[in-house]
Amino acid sequence: MKILVCLKQVPHQDARLDIDAAGTWIKEDNIKFEINSYDTYALEEALRIKDAGEAEVVVTSIGPDRVTQALRTALGMGADRAVHVKDAEIDGSDALGVAKVLAAVAKEESPDLVLMGLMSDDSNASAVGPMIAELMGVPNASSVMKVELADGKVTCERELEGGALEVVELQTPCVLAVQSGLNQVRYASLKGIMAAKKKPIDVKGAGDIGLSGQVGAGAAKTTIDKIYPPPKGEGAELIEGSTGEVVEKLVGKIKELGLL
Amino acid sequence: MPDELFGTPEHELFRQTVRKFVEEELRPRAREFDELGRIDKSLFRTMGDLGMLGLRYDPAWGGAGLDWSFSAVLFEELGRADNAGVTMGISVHTDMATPSLAEFGSEDLKRRYLAPAIAGEMVSAIAVTEPDAGSDVAGIKTRAVRDGDDWVINGSKIYITNAATADWLCLLAVTDPEAGYGGYSQILVPTDVPGFRYDLLDKIGNWGSDTGQLFFEDVRVPVSNTIGEIGRGFQQQMMQFQDERLVACVSSVASSEHLWEETRSWAQDRVLFGKPLAKMQNTQFKMVEMRTDLRAAKELVRACVKQRVDGEDATELITMAKLFCCRVSRRVADECIQLHGGYGYMKESMAGRAFVDSRLLSIGGGSDETMMHYLAKQLGF
Repeated sequence: MKILVCLKQVPHQDARLDIDAAGTWIKEDNIKFEINSYDTYALEEALRIKDAGEAEVVVTSIGPDRVTQALRTALGMGADRAVHVKDAEIDGSDALGVAKVLAAVAKEESPDLVLMGLMSDDSNASAVGPMIAELMGVPNASSVMKVELADGKVTCERELEGGALEVVELQTPCVLAVQSGLNQVRYASLKGIMAAKKKPIDVKGAGDIGLSGQVGAGAAKTTIDKIYPPPKGEGAELIEGSTGEVVEKLVGKIKELGLL
Repeated sequence: MPDELFGTPEHELFRQTVRKFVEEELRPRAREFDELGRIDKSLFRTMGDLGMLGLRYDPAWGGAGLDWSFSAVLFEELGRADNAGVTMGISVHTDMATPSLAEFGSEDLKRRYLAPAIAGEMVSAIAVTEPDAGSDVAGIKTRAVRDGDDWVINGSKIYITNAATADWLCLLAVTDPEAGYGGYSQILVPTDVPGFRYDLLDKIGNWGSDTGQLFFEDVRVPVSNTIGEIGRGFQQQMMQFQDERLVACVSSVASSEHLWEETRSWAQDRVLFGKPLAKMQNTQFKMVEMRTDLRAAKELVRACVKQRVDGEDATELITMAKLFCCRVSRRVADECIQLHGGYGYMKESMAGRAFVDSRLLSIGGGSDETMMHYLAKQLGF
């Protein structure tokens, strides 16, 4: 079995984010990056499948040189090899452009499973997984909470509204976008880190995967007009007093506003 | 800092792993460990699985066979655990109690005690200081008398980190009172032997470590538990102290840098007289002075690490670093508590804890005065 795990490198959750001069993205200089948290669960799930039997785990990511760090982390955790798609032509791609690149890598690799996070910590679009499946012409399940493999089929538990779960069965190959928390993500051990030194990272450009001229800012159908922090609200009211008084005032306020 | 020393992808990945471990396993439970008075012992197993406990030791015993630069990465990150006691407990195990065993121990002792220590299945402690002998190591009185194939040990040790957690001790005892510096031996003592007991001590800081007084009453261990040669214990212990001091330097500077960052955030958010504390010149000057001190301390530490990696005698530089870095950490803690105002005096404040924790730095692992005494001799006084 071969599993392709798509990783996105995103700003570190503790990074102090400032908006760039154009007002359409953040300043990426001098901030740390990490693997998108949702994708780490996808990687862990792939590694668990590998641990349980025979599987090759290939990780892929798109971006500049810094992305190597994310791929090396994944190799240190136990992935077998990596494909780094690095090409300035891809910069400015929208979700569809990203999906085209990842689908092209998937077509070259012919995996049985493509795993990825449900969404990215920075964009929150949840769009790329289903788009890859559509471009590959294979089934897709999103918000996956449990994965079981048997006889060329994948049985998944999906999270629905209100905490309900849905069980679906998919033929392989297929694309699964996993929800956070479906497993406990491992650390890269020192032994794994040292072993990763010998694992290959293939670097490819848009032309290498047949997408020259089809991705990047020029091909994007969605563009970011503006990003900005939410405006500060006004009129916050501090309720003071003993616990009993606070509760009484709070209930009165809720009734006054017609919220109950 | 020479990037080639710390800047390989493997250093960076290892740093990420330790940082994640600190952020997920240690920092969220920092106050719990204070309450407990020690680290959750099961975390040693996790650290063992991740390869953190035997960085420089022989792979034959489960170590990684790496150099001191990886130890520096480990303690730069553990220094950010927001619990100096926990960091101290781990460092006692990795770099204060096990180096002699790894360097001089018999194959049998390494198999039975070093391999489990590297795996995190056993925790170790170093037992040198006594009620009447601290920095004056040669003044210890704990006695090991040979009786056939056994040592019979009587005496007491004090201020011992990991007192309750340890499964075995690297004990320094007098084995020949007439032999001067050739009359001491390092003996590995399992803590489940009859005649051994401990009492925990109540400290003003470093609450996350179990510091105790140890008592040995006719404790009997085989002579084969001697680490290295009989009569070479003092010299072996002096070598072991060098790692201890360098670890203290690395983790104290890292911890102070963490406190500095936290204080900067505090100063940016705290508004006084209509503007953030960080916009006041007094604050800026203090922050800049601290940063300069910390940068100098860090450069000194890294110079020590480079000497260790290059196999040079780093004793003099490590002694200077121990003196300088620990004083810098104390100054930083004092300035940061001042910038935090009343909140800094609360036990929950990082600055408040750093203030009491850092005071130990100039005492433990060889006091400032011991460092200066050595340096004065080195410099011809």
